Amino acid sequence: MAAGNFEKYKSDGSLGGNLLEWVDARFPATSMWKGHLSEYYAPKNFNFWYFFGSLALLVLVIQIVTGIFLVMHYKPDAALNAAGVPIAFASVEYIMRDVPGGWLIRYMHSTGASAFFIVVYLHMFRGLIYGSYRKPRELTWLFGVGIFLVLMGEAFFGYLLPWGQMSYWGAQVIVNLFGAIPVVGNDLSILIRGDFVVGDATLNRFFSFHVIAFPLVLLGLVAAHVLALHETGSNNPDGVEIKANKDENGIPRDGIPFHPYYTVKDIVGVVVFLMAFSAIMFWAPEGAGLFLETPNFYPADPLKTPPHIAPVWYFTPYYSILRAIVWNFFGLDAKFWGVVAMGASVVIFAFLPWLDRSPVKSIRYRGPITKVMITLFVICFFILGYLGTQSPSAMGELISQICTVFYFGFFLGMPWWSRMDKFKPVPERVTMK
Amino acid sequence: MKKILISLLFAPLMAFAAGANIHLDKWPGSVKDQAALQNGAKLFVNYCLNCHGASFLRYKNLLDLGLTEQQVKDNLMFTSDKIGDLMMVAARHDEQKKWFGATPPDLTIVARARGELGNAGAGADWLYTYLRTFYKDEKRPTGWNNVAFDAVGMPHVLWELQGTQVMNHETHKLELAVPGKMAPAEFDKAVSDLVGFMVWMAEPQQEYRRTLGWFVLAFLAVLFVVSYALKKEYWKDIH
Repeated sequence: MAAGNFEKYKSDGSLGGNLLEWVDARFPATSMWKGHLSEYYAPKNFNFWYFFGSLALLVLVIQIVTGIFLVMHYKPDAALNAAGVPIAFASVEYIMRDVPGGWLIRYMHSTGASAFFIVVYLHMFRGLIYGSYRKPRELTWLFGVGIFLVLMGEAFFGYLLPWGQMSYWGAQVIVNLFGAIPVVGNDLSILIRGDFVVGDATLNRFFSFHVIAFPLVLLGLVAAHVLALHETGSNNPDGVEIKANKDENGIPRDGIPFHPYYTVKDIVGVVVFLMAFSAIMFWAPEGAGLFLETPNFYPADPLKTPPHIAPVWYFTPYYSILRAIVWNFFGLDAKFWGVVAMGASVVIFAFLPWLDRSPVKSIRYRGPITKVMITLFVICFFILGYLGTQSPSAMGELISQICTVFYFGFFLGMPWWSRMDKFKPVPERVTMK
Repeated sequence: MKKILISLLFAPLMAFAAGANIHLDKWPGSVKDQAALQNGAKLFVNYCLNCHGASFLRYKNLLDLGLTEQQVKDNLMFTSDKIGDLMMVAARHDEQKKWFGATPPDLTIVARARGELGNAGAGADWLYTYLRTFYKDEKRPTGWNNVAFDAVGMPHVLWELQGTQVMNHETHKLELAVPGKMAPAEFDKAVSDLVGFMVWMAEPQQEYRRTLGWFVLAFLAVLFVVSYALKKEYWKDIH
């Protein structure tokens, strides 16, 4: 189904037709349109969980477009203005107050950051329950994990830019973590900051990464993710390969053209998503202090450490895992192992295609072990996320350690528990519910 | 004796509880009350703006409170003569640091900064409680302390209006020792107006934002009906 296997467009003699023929002779316009949309056959049984891929793309566009406009008035400058407020911080308030429509653009961008993670987490969860990462879609999954990693970097860099207290101290804490790496750690964290503390140099390089480097990589990975998906075709809630059953024209019997069927369906998803998005943006842009942390309305003050430094909600599960590791091993500091565990907890998603040994893909035909394990995993993820927003406590530490053990147990034990389960026979064709 | 020992045992716990979450009085005002906002603006300019800046706000923003340009110029502009100017503090930061030991923070968005996780609007309650709970404490360099903000650097700027409160260490309650110009209920209303102004100035377009939200949601609701019908139409043959 790769682009290029389609016949070139022949004009019907009209002006538009002639133009398209001219273009099509020089650029794969119709073949790309057909290969990726009008003759890209997707399984007809997509359910609720299949909205989040297109929604992630929508949020990406929202972030890029609003970001372009924010950069027009944002100033990455840590120096103090005449009122004694950092220029970067003041420029955000300037956007919020003095730039016409600036508040809307800024809230779209700040709400979009959280929406991006909500949508991506749900998209990943879909992959997990329906085995979308399994052969032959391992590369699609790996590109996806790459997107997730880059997105985390993008969010981390972006969070410094408002130059509030949480921006500043969050960055300080996270960059200091690199200092825990033996031998090179200290130099590495200086290299990242461009200074001995988070300062103007850090703000400017994070700005550069946030608006240029990471978005470029992100777009490349998104293109690779979609191309890889369109090469293999989409999985579906039954985990049935629709290409295994084609009609006389070589079209999968359970497939329908992405356009118009899924474009019109995804528009409904987009509208519902925009309703939730707008409700937050217009009526609760702080997201109860989760989307915009309230201490971040204080300008960054390098001399005043906040009593409680918490990352934004989408990082808190990993932050909890970091804090859960309190033991020194092999003469290395607990902090180092915390960093290792935190990194591993994110990267481990990449190994899913090879950890899962179940004979069937979809949770629909897998047994109670899978269902219990995935449920517990989600519960652990939420508990870790909650604890990461809270101040450290003895009870919280113990619970986060239990959840951390289960988190890794889920992945590392998967080659065994995924095989032990009871399985139901997978149907020949997809089922419509 | 036993009682004292038990209370000592729990003392650290109590201190922790007191420090972590003091009871906040609910701010009774509303940012929709224009008369209150105007009164709050007057109080803010007269009592707060001498030391604290509101450096993200312009005098012309005050026109949104239903005031005319002349009213703003005559009653609220003391340090500036241009209506488009930012509401900066007149005092110099380095001088202030010498006087108070710290530069008084800019207050434009303090109402948002004082919000809490799970309740972003709690900043108003905090301010409403804070501004009403100053009490006489000779151990402090300024002679004042505060229930919501222990060892606060700021003296009680509104003491003339509220009077002087003292802490009754038996009941842990504040008592009005010397009455001020205002009766307690009157003072509470004045502080409520001041807090209302501070909530407003933290995000002057907030009411417009909320109203606009209804129009956007109404539009999306219509779009939903149309897009859902379109989807149904296209999908009617897919089984």
